Amino acid sequence: MKSEVIIIGGGLMGLSTAVHLGLRGVKATVLEKDSPGRHASGVNAGGLRQLNRHMDEIPLTIAAAEIWKNIRSLVDRDCDVEFNGQLRVAETQEELNTLQKRVGALQAKGYSHERIIDKDTLYRLVPQLIAGCVGALYNPDDGSARPFHATSAFRYKASALGAKIHSKVEVQSIDKITGGWQLNTNQGTYTAVNIVNCAGAWANKIACAFDESVPLTPKAPMLMVTERLPPFLKPVVGAVGHKLSFKQMQNGTVIIGGAHLAHLDMQQQKTEINFAKLKTSAQTVSTFFPHMANVRIVRAWAGIEAFMPDNIPVISASSKADGVFHAFGFSAHGFQLSPIVGRIISQLILDGQTELPIKPFDIRRFQSG
Amino acid sequence: MPSSFRRLDEPGRQWIQVQIDGQTVRVAAGETVAAAILASGIQSCRTTPLSGQPRAPFCMMGVCFECLMEVDGTPNRQTCQIPVKEGMQIRRQLGRGRGYI
Amino acid sequence: MAHHQLVIIGGGPAGLAAATTAANAGVECLLIDEQASPGGQVYRAITDIPPQRAKLLGPDYQYGRMLVEDFNASKAIHQPSTTVWSLDAQREIGILHNNQAALLRADRVIIATGAMERPVPFAGWTLPGVMTAGAGQILLKSAGIVPNNGVVVAGSGPLLLLLAWQYMHAGVTINAIVDLSPKRNFWTALPHLPRALLAYHYLIKGLKYQLELKKAGVPFYSGVADLCALGKESIEAVEFTHNGGRKRIETPLLMSHFGVIPDSHLSRSTGCHHYWSPSQLCWRATIDPWSNSSIEGIAVIGDSAGIGGAVAARHAGRLAGLESAHLLGCIGSKERDEKAHQDRRWLAEDLHVRPFLEALFRPAPNLLAEPENDTLICRCEEITAGTIRQAIEDGHRDPNQIKFLTRCGMGPCQGRQCDNAISQLVAHELGNDIEKNEGYRIRPPIRPLTIEQLADLHEAGEAK
Repeated sequence: MKSEVIIIGGGLMGLSTAVHLGLRGVKATVLEKDSPGRHASGVNAGGLRQLNRHMDEIPLTIAAAEIWKNIRSLVDRDCDVEFNGQLRVAETQEELNTLQKRVGALQAKGYSHERIIDKDTLYRLVPQLIAGCVGALYNPDDGSARPFHATSAFRYKASALGAKIHSKVEVQSIDKITGGWQLNTNQGTYTAVNIVNCAGAWANKIACAFDESVPLTPKAPMLMVTERLPPFLKPVVGAVGHKLSFKQMQNGTVIIGGAHLAHLDMQQQKTEINFAKLKTSAQTVSTFFPHMANVRIVRAWAGIEAFMPDNIPVISASSKADGVFHAFGFSAHGFQLSPIVGRIISQLILDGQTELPIKPFDIRRFQSG
Repeated sequence: MPSSFRRLDEPGRQWIQVQIDGQTVRVAAGETVAAAILASGIQSCRTTPLSGQPRAPFCMMGVCFECLMEVDGTPNRQTCQIPVKEGMQIRRQLGRGRGYI
Repeated sequence: MAHHQLVIIGGGPAGLAAATTAANAGVECLLIDEQASPGGQVYRAITDIPPQRAKLLGPDYQYGRMLVEDFNASKAIHQPSTTVWSLDAQREIGILHNNQAALLRADRVIIATGAMERPVPFAGWTLPGVMTAGAGQILLKSAGIVPNNGVVVAGSGPLLLLLAWQYMHAGVTINAIVDLSPKRNFWTALPHLPRALLAYHYLIKGLKYQLELKKAGVPFYSGVADLCALGKESIEAVEFTHNGGRKRIETPLLMSHFGVIPDSHLSRSTGCHHYWSPSQLCWRATIDPWSNSSIEGIAVIGDSAGIGGAVAARHAGRLAGLESAHLLGCIGSKERDEKAHQDRRWLAEDLHVRPFLEALFRPAPNLLAEPENDTLICRCEEITAGTIRQAIEDGHRDPNQIKFLTRCGMGPCQGRQCDNAISQLVAHELGNDIEKNEGYRIRPPIRPLTIEQLADLHEAGEAK
């Protein structure tokens, strides 16, 4: 099967790329080795967070936030978005000073999306928070979406725009052919002029096919969800001094993350919850929200995600191969960026450039010499 | 409405008292809260948080989670797995507003 | 971390027999059970049941007493009132006892979690007053509680008749026995009859119950279809198709039963390989003749590996106990094989009746795979068959994707009640094999654990 663009990976990045290409009349083919959104894209916490990002990601996150604000105009569905803010709690004056310093640095660069809130505002926003916290970093425009709904919305839209999405097709090797590439899969061969590597935790295997191996580490951060509770919390809560992501969903359940890792077997694509570590997440929740003590955890899980050593992604054209592009390694904070990353990659393919500053995400940063 | 269940007339049953929705009720020692509810003629133990449908114990062996009730102040207890105790405070989980389950 | 040579999860006939056998062969073993006293669901309350109630339950029930006595006489340690909420492939076991969560480890683990009622969604199955026949039995065995004002017993399977028979002896008014086994089952079961006659005592028992019930004048309806429960706040009547017409029977209670299936939540969450059994219509753990699963050091025995009943479970338990004793170095392979000889023979003999029973009581295919669009499949999240069909039409092609999209199976029961139904519904809609579509991936904790219990998680045998 010949296609102008083949996207490897049917997660959010791949599907978003397919949507943006479709909007410009290019009908991409998406090859997904499992099912769309099966791994990190479908099972993450769904945070739409601009707050506290790496400086280099800020132009992208702001551009992405603009798209999320009116996500329906891109994918025809609202992905269950909510904009109730995200905040990062400071427990001590020292932590608050760090946050203040960050806000100062951001303002110097002309960014105003993060601000400090005082104690009173914090407790008004999060009344159940343990007493004694001093303030927080806050962005009222942040929020959350439902990850599998978002992935599905991008998938439906990509299909509607003519993209072909194939599940259970695993790329095994890639050969250079005249005018493009041949992809050999478990379901026969495909050829394309352009290849986009959105293979997430499996992206290094694809990068290696073009002789540009990257120091990518697959990891499986654990999440857990509780039974339904009466509504008590609107914003997503994180903390400066603790690994915490704490959010009450519209249905009343609370999703708790803390970046603690599950056991991961990449051979079998299997994750196993590490309860001795998940315990730390429960302790953190008990510390910040004592009223949660008797709340039941009904499920814990972990999605397999790609981490880079500098915790920022690779978003770039290949340095070695013509017509090859990479978007992977989002290090567990790619969900919010997905609509803009798809647009950037579509621009790189069709225009050879983008207006957004993506130099920090170049794959060459990992190549010596 | 007459109770749908009854306790067999067995010699030697021990009786204790619990509170169900604030009413003192005599129940048999050793039975589970779910069993006690049914034998006391209570039709449903909760309403669902989504549509407010009435529900009652279904499997009695801990797999269906229909028998959730508030026991001694803690909501969502699996009452088919909890033996009754003297003075236990049992409440039905009624109304969507409570948001439990 | 506390460490045991052998941990057995579940105190029914399989678990008790395995523990007794292994302990008697010199294995240090711990039996963890959710119940307060040993016996499992089938011999529930066997140790402290009043004699009058025990008599109602019949002689098979009494057999459990011997199993428990043997177990008590062994050196196996009994840890009752303890739930297992996690087991991983390294055999780390998460338990909850007295509101305290702990982790422990074992060289070998035997899963003996037994069976549960096959959940079959039909119109009105969520109404108060609709319960499983198993629930009726548990109420009777453990609390001496019976229907007060009449009951309809409906479905298919041996337990239906047994419960009705026990109710009859307890003086309960049985408004009707409604048999939903398709009539053609008789013909598909017939070829299995000669083999089943090798275990004829089961057949005789069934016939005896049926004759006694009929003699007592209990109304019987067979070849019934389209069962539904009607009512507003609770069930008021059942309605079904019989002899081409609709029949309505007023009743304040319906005990339904469609056979039992393995309680495979634990073995599946652990990652043991499972396959779809077309004859038992459920997921079964893949095991070898010693009940070893696909994961090193973990065995799945008795009904939790596939329905064989209490007697077969006891034999499988003994075999697994011998295998554990052998693999743990307590007995040689020769001794194991010699001691296994009798049990293996009895097990085979006992299982002769299964193909016949499975064919005879096989639920109607449309009952399982073609629920009406407005019938609830997921009781917890109130997801209808129609919503699931829509998700399939939108391109979500396996139960896990449908779960992510609709929340079907994400409620407090963690998918226990909709798991089988969704597997069958999806395969039917897609026209493919159930095994092609992965079943629910079961996520721990498989029993809810509170934030505080997890925060205080400690290693068993250590102070907090």
